[in-house]
Amino acid sequence: MGLEPGTPVAKARALHAGLMILDAAPEADRAGLDKLARWLQARVAPMVAPDPPDGIVLDTTGADHLHGGETAMLETLAQRLTNAGLTLRVALAPSLGAAHALARYGHARRIIVPPHETAAHVADLPVAALRLASGTVQSLRMLGFDRIGPLAATPRAPLTLRFGPDVARRLDQLYGRIEEPIIPVRPPEPIAAILTFAEPIGSAETIARQIAILVARVCDSLDRAAVGARDLDLIAHRVDRHAQTIAVATARPSRDRVRLTRLLCDRIETIEPGFGIERMVLTAIRVEPIDPRQRVSSLIEDETPDLSGLIDVLSNRLGARALHRVAAIESDIPERATRQVAPLASEESPDLPALQAWPRPIRLLPRPEAIRAMAALPDHPPLFFIWRGMRHHVARADGPERVFGEWWRDADEQTAARDYFRVEDTSGARFWVFREGDGEHPETGGQGWFLHGLFG
Amino acid sequence: MTQTRSRDAINALRAQIARIEGVAGPSRAVLPFGMDEIDAHLPGGGLALGALHEVAGSGFDAVHGAACTRFAAGIAARTKGSVLWILKDRDLYAPGLRQSGLADRRVVYVAAHTERDILACFEEGLRHGALGAVIAETERLPMTASRRLHLAAEATGSLAIAVRRGGRAAEFGQPNACVTRWRIASLPSVALPVPGVGRARWHLELLRCRGGMPADFYVEACDDRGRLAPCRLALPAVLGDRPVASGGWRARA
Repeated sequence: MGLEPGTPVAKARALHAGLMILDAAPEADRAGLDKLARWLQARVAPMVAPDPPDGIVLDTTGADHLHGGETAMLETLAQRLTNAGLTLRVALAPSLGAAHALARYGHARRIIVPPHETAAHVADLPVAALRLASGTVQSLRMLGFDRIGPLAATPRAPLTLRFGPDVARRLDQLYGRIEEPIIPVRPPEPIAAILTFAEPIGSAETIARQIAILVARVCDSLDRAAVGARDLDLIAHRVDRHAQTIAVATARPSRDRVRLTRLLCDRIETIEPGFGIERMVLTAIRVEPIDPRQRVSSLIEDETPDLSGLIDVLSNRLGARALHRVAAIESDIPERATRQVAPLASEESPDLPALQAWPRPIRLLPRPEAIRAMAALPDHPPLFFIWRGMRHHVARADGPERVFGEWWRDADEQTAARDYFRVEDTSGARFWVFREGDGEHPETGGQGWFLHGLFG
Repeated sequence: MTQTRSRDAINALRAQIARIEGVAGPSRAVLPFGMDEIDAHLPGGGLALGALHEVAGSGFDAVHGAACTRFAAGIAARTKGSVLWILKDRDLYAPGLRQSGLADRRVVYVAAHTERDILACFEEGLRHGALGAVIAETERLPMTASRRLHLAAEATGSLAIAVRRGGRAAEFGQPNACVTRWRIASLPSVALPVPGVGRARWHLELLRCRGGMPADFYVEACDDRGRLAPCRLALPAVLGDRPVASGGWRARA
């Protein structure tokens, strides 16, 4: 495009009308680079370092076979990052210097340099690829050194005399003649506590006591870090090298000793002590800052009690998906009028007058059940119907309440309609039945009768 | 003289028994139904808080439990605070609860798979203490379990309601430690002057009431704030009603 770093904005605008100009944000770039490096560390190789301003270095020695070879590794990596919306160039080379140079100045977007072939690949690269100070690069150019190959072939002594030791050092690093260690990012140390027992333990009471000690230690660390635990893992190592895990989760970050001890002790029965447990490790897998929350003055409003303790206990027993609250959705279709939200979510049902307008059953069958009914068309309630083998004579009825399909969802729903009736049989039981279709037009539905819910 | 002394002794003994049973202490809070007929019949003038109550449907409704669920929802709606609803079948419909007075944000649903889990969660919810009411849908409620639940409710003062649903009839007849046991049957509603369905009516059977006598009540179903109302019409007129075919719904050709 004719643009390069250092081009004035005015000139760039003159070259390309409608150019979008954004302020540089070096700190945000750096933070993003660090984050990406940690992500790569968890997935590709353990030795990862950000190479600001625009690169990341990975030492994949000994890690490529985990990804099916070097080519496959690069392909997967490039694919995943491209999917995430990043533009990237990858180079894999025997030395950090060569990889750095090829990734930035190479011809291909993906290059793999086999061992001992570095010289052939880098010979044509410009001297700027050597990571030298810009002044040095300018001077080398003035002396006629445009490419790395001729520069590497020149006698060292005059170069060192003229430019200092840097040029020789960078060349050696490029060809892998001297080591260049990278300083990898370190994942944050998880908060954990370990207890090792001289004599293996086995009884539930003893385990409970040790859990209390572990929780107290972890909570001290959480206190110091000013965070609360969301996920805790307790690993019990048995004497026969078998490890068992209790995993608990909390709805809100917590460092309450009593509550966390209780959550873990509830699950003691899942540990099989065998010949005894010799080591227990408690790790806070996920921590979050505890946000102090401002309460409404108790003069105005009743204080809402904290249910998170109860919710933790129940969801650790039944699984997190077992607990929910319900929020209303503005939809006329009964099955879609509610959705499940997390028990402590702040989502509220919208206060819609329409939600109160029409009577709704207290039990809604998971799916409407077909019934045999007799009714006059087009818009009369059934005279009687047979549901689950029982015949109900309709004594009173209310309706129809016509519910149309949500045409924006799919083509089938564009014309679909249901006519809902609230009917009471001769014994007083009340049902919510509907007829598929409007009773006149076949395209609105099959005109069959269904029972959908029961009123109390 | 001897008469008054023996009366005093009897009163003292009664008070002692009541203390042991934990029924009628001055501290025992109740939740009145707001209907004099029922409240006058229950000891303390209402449904005892901090106690276990049982509701069940009768006949057809014993399986589906629609009327008894609405009865329980109406009671829970009149308590304060959150409500824990423990269920096995996921057919409870929140808009229906809303129309019985239970707002969406007050109800936390717990889906349990086994009777054992249901009872465990029930007790856990009662022991927490900050909930207004805990409702569990169970098939069985044996004596031991109900005793345990009642003690848990007594300790914290939460209202405990067991909705019996889907169990065998013989099991429902087994004794348990519930303070009150209700059976709810739907009645045909009052005919309206126009086509349509009026307010539902129930026959409440109080099968057992600790410190009180069994009784029958005929009421109109709970409204959108969970309140019952006395029946406006005498029963025979209700039962002598005719089906829709013979009038009311006029056919428009």
